[in-house]
Parts: sequence; C-alpha cells; structure tokens
Amino acid sequence: MAGQFGLSSFEGLNERHDDAMTDTVVRDLAAVAEVVYPSAVSGIEEFVRTYAGGLPDTRKQKIASAVTELNDYACRTHGNRFADLPVGDRDSVLRAMAVDRTGSSPDGNIPERIRYYVVNQLLYGLYTSPMGSRLLGIENPVGHPGGFESYQKEPSQAAFTAEDQTDE
Amino acid sequence: MSKTIDTQQDRTPSDDADVCVVGSGVAGALVAYSLAKRDHDVVVLEAGPRFDPSSRLEQMEEALRPEGSIRDVWEMGGQRDRYTSSGGVYYGLNTTRVKGVGGTTLHWLGITPRLHQKDFEMNTRYGLASDWPISYEQLRPYYALAEQEMGVAGGTDNPFGPPRETDYPMPAFPPSYSDSLFADACDELGITMHSVPQARNTETYDGRSACVGYGTCIPVCPSGAKYSADVHVSKAEEHGARVIDRAPVQRLEHDDRGVSVTAAMYATPDGAHQRQTADRFVLAAGAVEIPRLLLLSASDQYPDGLANTSGVVGKYFMDQPIVSITAEIDEPTNQNPIGYHTSETHQFYDHDEPRPGSIKFAFNNENPITAADIAMRGGDEGTREDLTDVLAGDSWGDDALATLRERVPNRRISMFANPELLPREENAVTLDRSKTDDHGNPVPDISWSIGSHAMETMEYAREIQNRILDELDATVLSKSDLSEPKTAAHKMGTTRMGTDPDTSVVDPTLRTHDLDNLFIASSSTFVTGGAMNPTLTIAALALKVADHIHEGR
Repeated sequence: MAGQFGLSSFEGLNERHDDAMTDTVVRDLAAVAEVVYPSAVSGIEEFVRTYAGGLPDTRKQKIASAVTELNDYACRTHGNRFADLPVGDRDSVLRAMAVDRTGSSPDGNIPERIRYYVVNQLLYGLYTSPMGSRLLGIENPVGHPGGFESYQKEPSQAAFTAEDQTDE
Repeated sequence: MSKTIDTQQDRTPSDDADVCVVGSGVAGALVAYSLAKRDHDVVVLEAGPRFDPSSRLEQMEEALRPEGSIRDVWEMGGQRDRYTSSGGVYYGLNTTRVKGVGGTTLHWLGITPRLHQKDFEMNTRYGLASDWPISYEQLRPYYALAEQEMGVAGGTDNPFGPPRETDYPMPAFPPSYSDSLFADACDELGITMHSVPQARNTETYDGRSACVGYGTCIPVCPSGAKYSADVHVSKAEEHGARVIDRAPVQRLEHDDRGVSVTAAMYATPDGAHQRQTADRFVLAAGAVEIPRLLLLSASDQYPDGLANTSGVVGKYFMDQPIVSITAEIDEPTNQNPIGYHTSETHQFYDHDEPRPGSIKFAFNNENPITAADIAMRGGDEGTREDLTDVLAGDSWGDDALATLRERVPNRRISMFANPELLPREENAVTLDRSKTDDHGNPVPDISWSIGSHAMETMEYAREIQNRILDELDATVLSKSDLSEPKTAAHKMGTTRMGTDPDTSVVDPTLRTHDLDNLFIASSSTFVTGGAMNPTLTIAALALKVADHIHEGR
C-alpha cells in the first residue's frame, strides 16, 4: 500500500520524464550528497536518482539550474566540475560559497538557492525516508507514507542500535 | 509553486439564487450540499482561493522545510488576514484558520467527538453559564448524519461517551505502541484509556484512501484520508451549487423595513464589487469573520451591527487553553509514525460539582522534533518563526548526524489536555478601527483571557498529567505555561443561540432573531464550548440549518 505513495508519488504529475534530471545532474547531486549525507548511507546515487527523478518537473528545472551555478563556481575556483573533485574539495567548495552558513531560500542569491534546491532538497529526501530516519532509530519519519503500518509496532532492533550509538 | 487553481473567469452574481452561503468550510459545504441535493439553487461565496488537490505533496514538503512559516502552506497572512489581539492571553488567529475552498478543515487535526449532555445544560446542572436552547437528544440524529457524511472512524470502547444510536461508519484506529506505554500506568491509577473518534479513514471510504501515515495531518494530508470540506463542496457542485472563490463578502444589505437581508456585497480579484441577492443567506465563515461581517454591516437602522439588537454579537468568544507536558522514559517509544493520537480518556469530562470543569485528555503519538527539520537547519534546533535565528547551522554529514542523535531522542512521550473554558462576556471579537485589511475594512480584534474556572480546570489537568508521568517514572522535560497557554484553535461563541432576543443572536433554528432570512451555521452559535473538539457539532448544526431552510421553503 505504501509503495503507491512512495518516492515516486510525484510521477503522476509529470507529463514527461526525459527532463532536467539528466544523468549528469543526478551525478552532480550524488556528489553533493556524498558530502552532506552521513557516511553510513550507502547506494547514494541510486537513492538520489529515484528521489530526484520523482520530483515535479518545475522543481527538477530549479534544481538543475542551481547545480549549474555550483559547477560554474567549482570550475572557476578549482578548474573542474563539482562532481569531478575529491570529496574534501567538494566540501570546501560548498563552504567557500557559504552554503553551510547561509539561509535557505528558493528566491535568494546563489548560495541560498543552492542550499534550498540542492543541499536541503537532498536532506529532505533522506530524512523523510526510512533510509535516513533509521540512522536515528525512527522507522517511519514524518513525510513518509508508512506510519499507519508501523505505529502499533514496538521499535525495531535498528532503533535500539541507534539509541545505543547515541549513548556512546 | 502554484498551489491554487484560478480558472474561474465569471465571478458575477448568480440570478435567482435561493440560498447564498458565505464561507465554504465544513459548515458552508454541508449546508450547500444538503440544500443543493434537494434542488435549491445555491451560491457559495468564499473569501479564499481554490487550492489544487494535486499540490498536497508539495505543500507537505513546504510544511516540513524550515524556510517558512506553517501559515504559508495555505497562504494565510498578509494584509488580507490582519488582526489584533488585546486580551489577557495572546491569540494567534492566523494559525487557527484557513481561508480557501474547504476552509479550516484543510489543516485541521480531524478529531470528531460529540459534545456530552452536560455541555447543553451547564446552567441547570451547575449554575454556570447558560443552557443551550436545544438538547443533546435534539442534535443526536444530526450527529449521526454528520459522522456518516464526514466519515468518522470510532469504537464503542469509550464508557464515558454520550448515548449513541449506531456504530461509527468505520472501525477505530487501534492504540499505538506508545499508547501501550501509558496503559499500565493508567490502569494502576484507575484511569480508563479508549479510542478516539476521528474523521480519518481506517479503510477506503467515500472514494477516499485509508490513512497511510504521512504524519503531517496538521497542516496537510497528502493522501486524502483525512476529511476536509472540499469533499462536500465538490458534492454540492455536482448537485448544481455554484462556488465563487476569492470573493470576500464586505457587507450585508437589508431591506427598508430592516426585516430581511437583500444582498451580500462581495469583492472580486479584479477590484470590482458585486451584489449577490438571494431568498435566504447563511453565514458560515467561522466565529471571527461572522461577527466581524455583522459588525461591518451596521446601518442606520442597525447602528450597532446587523443582527445585533441584543448587543452580544462578538461576545462570549471561547477557545480551550491547552495543557501539555513532555517527558522522557528509559526505553524507545516508536514516536513520529503518524500525525494524530489514538487514545484519549474522557473519564474527567462529566462531573458532579461545578468545579473543576470538564477535561479531555489525549495521549500523544507525536515527537515534537522532526529529524528532517534539524538536518535542513544544519543541525540547528531552531524554531519556526524565530526571527532571531535566521541563519542555519553549519554542520552536515556525520557531524549533523551526531547532533541529530542527541536531539531526536526516541524516548519521548507527551500528553495534552483540553480544559473547558466558560463563556465570558469580556472575551470578544470586535472591530479594531485603527487597522484595515486589503479592502480597507477594520480588522478583527480578539480578546481572550482564561478566567478562574478554566484556570482551576487547567491546574487539575496538570495534576492528573503529573500523576500519570510519576507512575511511569518519566522525567518531565517541559510543561506548557498555564498562564500563557496555546489555544486548541477551537474558536466558538460570538453569535450565540438562545430563545431570548435580548441575550442571544440566533434562535434554536439558527435563524437570527432580527432578520427573518439570515441563518448562521457555525461554532459561533455555541452557547458553551465544553472541552471537546467542535467540528462534528459544527457539522451537525449545519445539517440542522439546512433542514430548517428546506422546511421553510
């Protein structure tokens, strides 16, 4: 039941799928995700492809535009596309642009738009999915359509594990 | 992101309307539906826009992201919705309402208990406030019909509820895992927990999905499992009703004799003003905008406002001051899976002595902190609308995860209680002529204070909450401030019902004493508010109004 409302639930709104979310943009987003996601997250590119691919077309276009700004900056300062830089340099690029310290705004300046459409979009996708929330011992996070199936259940072992990690 | 649909080109008035309904929330929608299906020519004037149902997932994301206010989800705020608050306790009006087709049910929680018999007989039983001019028994068939129309899931396990004639349309939501953590403590204390009636689908109902548990009932349900009044707006339209959106009513006009309303004058987005005439008018715009419209419609004949010969239009405003408490226990609690609660106790509702008053207790399923919010703030546990915290934190990756693990403890439990607040004359909706809205009209002022009856009831609620948490060996993390409570967002009173035209605004048929074709379908007609969520009673009264209008045709 949950699957029909899952990550791909925006797809019905889209009239076409060969849109702004090209392989290149997905690769660029995954390169950002490798910086802003916890290291325990695996299968990042596949996750990003599924998540971002299911977003509405208008959102995909905004994301692609923000990714272009990020690449422009990376090329100017490091002579390479963002995704072709080592992870440490990618982190530096984002911080040099002040994306880590700026507010998040869909209509703001370049760092604010990158924060909104790239960094926070990726974090929203992760932490409203069980893949992200399980890192915190939460089986069904707010924003994910699985709460009805889980709300009567005792927290799983994964939850205890996460809590144990917190205690350490 | 466009959340609204604007395909309506023609906002000119309907010819020969039988009934003009002002407002398309649950009251207006049910009045319109009930009359349109019986061949009345109905036109509905709605101040807000028509929201696009296909935008619900995007609205959910907007609600969960930290960039804006929760008010933005339904586009509340700005000059259109200006207000002031002048009472002893600040009243944040715009988080309690939505203007749009479907009204405030677009963002409500969806809990639908009936009032108890005692709520209708407060003066007879306790010498407090006033009795309603109708009884529970008279409203009872309308309660059953309202439950059927809205789709209420509920159980028969509540030993404290008022008498029922039929089962609920759907089975109740079973208790949550975190409810089970409360259960032993409540058993030990002799407190009986039970299920919660709510207008949310436990199975497919009326063509709408069962709940899947996005956990964002307030402010938006993406699955459609939670009832919202746009359901009955659509049904009314299928039966021929016409809905004009973005058409805020500015004034009501009456005939020369001052006996009947002749027209509702409304504004349209192009700056024009239109006059909708009709045989009958039904005000269904809630307990703030209804008295405001009546006061704005003052005339030479009615200098204190329309339907206000009694002088009580706007007075006796009520809402319930929430008593909440959050604690931590020494085991994971599986918080956050759904956005509503599944257990309450009404054991402290009916009482023999006048004080303390009725209390409804809820055992919460929600963790007040969500991981996504903190992650997007860069690990910064800020609060929405905190203007001093405009900059996000600067951590992500493993650093942010460590912060999240500290700040999203999965061991929290919480409770909240709705205490009864009696009608008080000084609690009122008036016009603040020092400020104007986007059409130059004085804005509503809300004056809300608690009073000794409600305060004593709140203190008793807190005492019981403490007893339960003590029994659980829980560590209390935070308690709501009893002197500065949040509201339940249950706006009531302001055009109260009664048989005496000197002390009430509408009669038991919900028709105004002063004007023979003006009816009110709203919680504004409540004489007392009890401690229950009011929406089912609003729906029942709306269906009752429709019957009176139909019978009087």
